[in-house]
Amino acid sequence: MSETILDSSLFRNVYCYVAGGSEGCVSHGYSEGFLPAGYEWLAFAITAAVLAILFIQGALGGVLALIWGERRILARFQNRVGPNRWGPFGSLTSVADAIKTMFKEDIVPDQADRFLFNLAPVIMVVPVLMVFAVIPIGVGTLVADLNIGLLFVIAITSASGLAIAMAAWSSANRIAIFSGLRAVALLVSYEIPMALSLLGVLMITGTLSMTGTIEAQDVPFIIVQPLGFLVFFLAALAEMSRTPFDLTEAESELAAGHLNDYSSMKFGVLFLAEWAATVAGAMIIATVFLSGWRGFSPIPSHIWFVGKVVAVIFLIIWIRATWPRLRIDQVLSLAWKGLFELTMINLIVTAILTAAMADREADGSLFSAGELWIMAAVNWAVFFPSVYLIGKLLASKPYEDDSSEPQELYPVATEEKAFEGAAD
Amino acid sequence: MQGQGLLKGLGVTMKNFVRPVHTVQYPDRKVGLLGAAKRAGVSPFRFFADNPREGLKALLFIATVPERVQQAPRFRGNEFTWYEDRCTGCASCAKYCPLGIIKIVTHPGGIDVQEGESYAIDVFDIDIGRCMFCGLCVEACPYDALHMGSQFERGNYVRNDLVIDIEQLRSNLKRPSSWFRPQFEERKFDPFKGETVDDHYKAGRHEQPSPDELKERWVDGRK
Repeated sequence: MSETILDSSLFRNVYCYVAGGSEGCVSHGYSEGFLPAGYEWLAFAITAAVLAILFIQGALGGVLALIWGERRILARFQNRVGPNRWGPFGSLTSVADAIKTMFKEDIVPDQADRFLFNLAPVIMVVPVLMVFAVIPIGVGTLVADLNIGLLFVIAITSASGLAIAMAAWSSANRIAIFSGLRAVALLVSYEIPMALSLLGVLMITGTLSMTGTIEAQDVPFIIVQPLGFLVFFLAALAEMSRTPFDLTEAESELAAGHLNDYSSMKFGVLFLAEWAATVAGAMIIATVFLSGWRGFSPIPSHIWFVGKVVAVIFLIIWIRATWPRLRIDQVLSLAWKGLFELTMINLIVTAILTAAMADREADGSLFSAGELWIMAAVNWAVFFPSVYLIGKLLASKPYEDDSSEPQELYPVATEEKAFEGAAD
Repeated sequence: MQGQGLLKGLGVTMKNFVRPVHTVQYPDRKVGLLGAAKRAGVSPFRFFADNPREGLKALLFIATVPERVQQAPRFRGNEFTWYEDRCTGCASCAKYCPLGIIKIVTHPGGIDVQEGESYAIDVFDIDIGRCMFCGLCVEACPYDALHMGSQFERGNYVRNDLVIDIEQLRSNLKRPSSWFRPQFEERKFDPFKGETVDDHYKAGRHEQPSPDELKERWVDGRK
């Protein structure tokens, strides 16, 4: 058993309770567990199962709470009351909905590709649940402190595009295929600004580990990296297909998009994966840009983290209640012409600043709070003009249509042409 | 500047977020302990001690209290208040009804209950399934015997149940609407606080004649 896994207190508490006599546990002060020596593999399996169940149930509970909270908050934005009959403040409404979904008839379309149709929900939900493994919910409360945490998150969330395309294609529904095309276009476009916006953070922290990122934030990175936060937030909205980038399931055009032909718990799982992606996205934003579980002393770290996640989710819901949906060409041009340039500006400025304060490389220590404040000042000075410039650029027309001939606006055949066509 | 409208829009929605909700949650509303105790008119501790079961529900915010919007006193409700002792069986209401949905069957030989003789009433049916609540029957009644009611919850499964017969008219709670009955407004009668007018003398516009006046008018005057 390697020491790095035992550094996670959540893992250690379960594992060392089962197999306390092992080498790593003794060094952490555990005397003996109830399994004899030589059964570390069993203890490892038990611990993995316990943590998996714990985190998955936590994620599902979070999703139910999120659905309820979104319905309540959205209702308040629209001067309504929201669900309030079943349970305290209607908090059991999502439970009732979940039970209802389970008892629905499971329909597979006649022409669907059965295997892919059934596989798509699984591929959708597994990566989202895997993301929760690397997110530190409190001090030491995480399954695995990967040294490539951020890379893991970015890599694993890309699979959702595959799942959506798979669901859209296998259900043999032309409207669903539109949704799948849009999802892939969105994913390919927004992965790039998303990853690039994190590079600024990486330069400052010098590590990809989530815990390391939090430890480096003497000043929250939303202050130090405003451009990075803006781009990452918008890209994350697009990645989890939330308003204003929810064209994958634009109700007015595509009904439910790739979910059109799904019913019963397959629909439930796909739906759940999307909402879990929202929770995961909010958690990553809270970790990377809002200094995760850090806060002042009397309030425990878990409460700080949950509070920050709820704040991010509230912002997402607020945006959903306000902004209209963008067209697909607007979404893509925003990604390539707007966010990409912003990340580049952010990258260059941060690189210069990091190089200017280069004494970190000598001893590998982190930037101090003073240095971070200087970086923040420079970054905010760059933030407003660059956002203004990019906004101007996006609003300007890319090229002038200088053809002097009056164009036929709608290629409709005249009567003569129609008769000619009929003669053929 | 670009993007100004986005922020302005966020401001508009936030303004609505903090604005209070004016939804009336008819017929009932979920309340917590404070709300339930306030509705019951006692302190929260007393409320909990008196009824622990309701108190526990109130702690979980799942206790219900009835709620409805304040009705106007001239609301023309559908259960019709009728004072048999005021009714002479003249059937003016049936004659004036534009839809002809009031059916009255009487026979002479009544009893001398009021000022002189009146018909005895055998059948008094009002089919409120077709009633449009114009209130002409109430306007037509010369003796203030028929009044609009104050209720409106008359959901039924069978259409025939919507016919109010004479037994229902007799046994209904006497909660007349003050529509076309100015005497109720002068007396500050409010049917929506659950008050009733059981005394048929108080339902009319005229003062109650004293026994002496009655004797002079009907006994001495007829000699």
